[in-house]
Amino acid sequence: MASLEALRGETGPELAPGSFRKTVRQLRKNRLGVLGAALVAIVFASAIFAPIIITHDPTRIMVGPRLADPSLLFLLGTDQLGRDTFSRVMMGGRVPLLVAFASLGSSLAAGLVLGLIAGFGPRWLDNLLLLLFDTIRSFPGIIFALAIIGLLGPSLASMIFVIAITSMPIYARVVRTQTEALRNSEYIAAERTLGAGTMRILAVHVLPNVIGPLLILVSMDVPAVIAVEAGLSFLGLGVRPPTPDWGAILNDGYNYIQQTPWLVVGGGIPIVLATLGFTFLGEALRDMFDPKLRKDL
Amino acid sequence: MIPHDRSSQSTTPLLEIRHLHLDFGTPEGRIHALRNVSLNVAAAEVVGVVGESGSGKSTLAYTVMGLLSENADVTGGEILFEGRDLLKMPAQSQRSLLGDRLSMVFQDPMTALNPVRTVENQMIDIQHHQQKSRSEKRARAIDMLHRVGIPDPQNRIGAYPHHFSGGMRQRICIAMALLVKPVLLIADEPTTALDATLEVQIIHLLKNLQREIGCSVLFVSHHLGAVAELCDRVVVMYAGEVVEQGDVRSIFRNPAHPYTRALLECDPGRLKRTTRTLPTISGEVPSLLGLKKGCIFSARCPQAYDRCLEEQPVDRPISPGQTARCHLLEENRLVSA
Amino acid sequence: MWIYLLKRVFLAVAITVIAVTLVFMMIHAVPGDPAVALLGPRATPEMIAHLHREMGLDKPLAVQIVIFFEGLLQGNLGFDVLSQRPVADIIFEQLPYTIELIFVSILWAVAIAVPLGCYSAMRRNSVIDQIVAIMAVATIAIPSFVMAVYALLIFAVTLHWLPAVGAGQGFLDGLVHLILPAFAVGIGWVGYISRLVRASMMEILGENHVRMARSFGISEWRIVLHYALPLAILPTVTILGVGIAWLLSSAVFIEVVFARPGIGALIVQAVNTRNYAVVIGAVLVTTVVTVLATTASDLIAASLDPRTREKL
Repeated sequence: MASLEALRGETGPELAPGSFRKTVRQLRKNRLGVLGAALVAIVFASAIFAPIIITHDPTRIMVGPRLADPSLLFLLGTDQLGRDTFSRVMMGGRVPLLVAFASLGSSLAAGLVLGLIAGFGPRWLDNLLLLLFDTIRSFPGIIFALAIIGLLGPSLASMIFVIAITSMPIYARVVRTQTEALRNSEYIAAERTLGAGTMRILAVHVLPNVIGPLLILVSMDVPAVIAVEAGLSFLGLGVRPPTPDWGAILNDGYNYIQQTPWLVVGGGIPIVLATLGFTFLGEALRDMFDPKLRKDL
Repeated sequence: MIPHDRSSQSTTPLLEIRHLHLDFGTPEGRIHALRNVSLNVAAAEVVGVVGESGSGKSTLAYTVMGLLSENADVTGGEILFEGRDLLKMPAQSQRSLLGDRLSMVFQDPMTALNPVRTVENQMIDIQHHQQKSRSEKRARAIDMLHRVGIPDPQNRIGAYPHHFSGGMRQRICIAMALLVKPVLLIADEPTTALDATLEVQIIHLLKNLQREIGCSVLFVSHHLGAVAELCDRVVVMYAGEVVEQGDVRSIFRNPAHPYTRALLECDPGRLKRTTRTLPTISGEVPSLLGLKKGCIFSARCPQAYDRCLEEQPVDRPISPGQTARCHLLEENRLVSA
Repeated sequence: MWIYLLKRVFLAVAITVIAVTLVFMMIHAVPGDPAVALLGPRATPEMIAHLHREMGLDKPLAVQIVIFFEGLLQGNLGFDVLSQRPVADIIFEQLPYTIELIFVSILWAVAIAVPLGCYSAMRRNSVIDQIVAIMAVATIAIPSFVMAVYALLIFAVTLHWLPAVGAGQGFLDGLVHLILPAFAVGIGWVGYISRLVRASMMEILGENHVRMARSFGISEWRIVLHYALPLAILPTVTILGVGIAWLLSSAVFIEVVFARPGIGALIVQAVNTRNYAVVIGAVLVTTVVTVLATTASDLIAASLDPRTREKL
């Protein structure tokens, strides 16, 4: 699909040197996009089909070999409790994906609502919300997350909550800016004189205009969320054991790094592949649909 | 390459542009921005290039300086400067001409100077071809600023460009361009961004300094008054082609090409009687995307006839030194203006 | 300049106040008693009541917040009942290690990334530019703690080239101990800043004044260094201020992985022991550091440009 998009962007037979280079660049970026899409597909497939793929019960503690090297029986060796690392890695992708979609979904919804309120509501409310967004944004992300998780206690829900809160301000700001611009535009004024209510204007005119850029922003945030989830689990503040999770596996590997490198490999490589895959895919999506959109820092 | 006869000319001009063709590559296709452009600039001569926006006159200036954007592509012709073809020259030797034999004044003085370097530093930087001490270069810069009419140059040379008004900045740009004592100065609409009173001052300044230094000038402008004031010869460009050229008197008194005449009629400074409506040339400059048949001006020409739509006209001699590219001249159907 | 500064300071104070209030409110809203959590299940009601008084938890929320800010005005960040020391002492003991790590990481990242970005902008779409582009996206995407664990595995555990843990003793040993952590923190920034510099450099190189400099035959390197870079570097300076927040975040992981002292390690430890006084203090201090860094970088960027310098 990605390469088709690239072809459609071409300029026909009369290619100038400048546009030729541009096409090469697009193709290269889209090649990364294709790679990203493939990696993302693998991550999804392995998470969905994990129960079929796995060779052992990922939570079963075995008396046999602990911290074993890879073998035909244990493809990635075993951990400090004798659990099969390969099976744990396969199952371990489910939590990050769940967290990513749950948190970004709720964050998107909250950002949309708050952004619309800020953009269309009274001026004082707008200022208040902006101050709130800026406050959240000026927290050092992980430290804020740690503080909240420390309070709520480590769990899947805390993690989703904290990520949703910290990523919301960017979406809200984008929505607010777009809404504000539209609010002052002539055709909204015309709609108003025709008697259209605020809700109608929001639903018919504002929403379709902001949803595209927002979805691209969200897609570009997925790798960051996966990294945060893995990071929190790595610190032991994510899902509770014995649930398999990449960050937790990496932490096990870190604790036994002197004994075996395999746990570190098993826990880390999937994180790298997933974040890379989502990043390449997100960048390609942005380049294709909205090249002007720059991630608001 | 189109062959041509050079033996007819007794002396080699300083700058000789021969059958220059240039395209821009864009996502929509190739834009033929310059087509078969030829002109000469003799030593110490001031040549004006006039035409509407989009006629390719600035592109021509940038081509001579080798400052074209990446998507520009010279597809034919040559630009002989002091007998050497600038287009075939290695980049290094072309750069050694810039700021030494050749220099340029740009259109917008507000953006032409670097905002984070002092005028002093920029004026010293451009003297990099000279083997002089920094203080000598500084003294020369101050002298030049004085000559272009910057008050208190001794102190103001240390200021940043944003401390100067638009007119002062253009004076600084002219000072810089002439500081390097070029043999050819290219001025790309140097007065367009300025208001009318400033324009007159800048034109006079350019004229006086040109005489003092004795350099040639290629003066690009859409302002006929400025061209009449400053130039020895005029080249009229339309949509990437030179439609007429000749010495300034013949062009203004006896324009041969319908476009030149239309252009002169539209000049507010030359209107013969008072009117409430300014005359305009109806229609728009044609798109240069792809190749066109016939005369490039035919769509807007009041005297166009069937031949103009089919056949490209060639340069016809009018008077000594004056040529125009129009079928009417050949047919003798031209009504004198 | 003073009006601008006042505005920034006001905003900084407002953000800090809101931040601390939010944390207090959340502590209050969360089910469970911090004192119980701290003392464990075998605590007697008397012990809990005593600790409540000691931690100030027996007072209403609004009073707790007011007391905290009163103390703050006197430079008091609260008292840690666990170690029986003032929170400020604990935090400012750890903060220098984190600042040192962040500073060294940024320093090497900028030193590598700026030339790389300039080169990429000058040789657009060259092989090196394309390699840098892909590496940049990759290094930005890979989480710093994964990078840290692999750096540890390769250079410390397997090759034994560099020390694995701690901050070291003395200057030289300290620097050697900084190599791996600073690598892990900085590598993503190399990619990010080089992209940023490339983009702004390409924009500047297309501007009129650069064309004018070229029209005088000034060499391309001189144009890039003296004419374009002073302008192209400005967005990077601004971003670095905002980036302090991200850097503090990665410092948390890096300090844990390399068992370095620092504010990140302190927070993780405080969260694990449910030591709220330290958590609140650390959130406050890191927020203030972030706000200060953002303001400072804005001011530095403004002072680097003569046009805005005079308006300051």
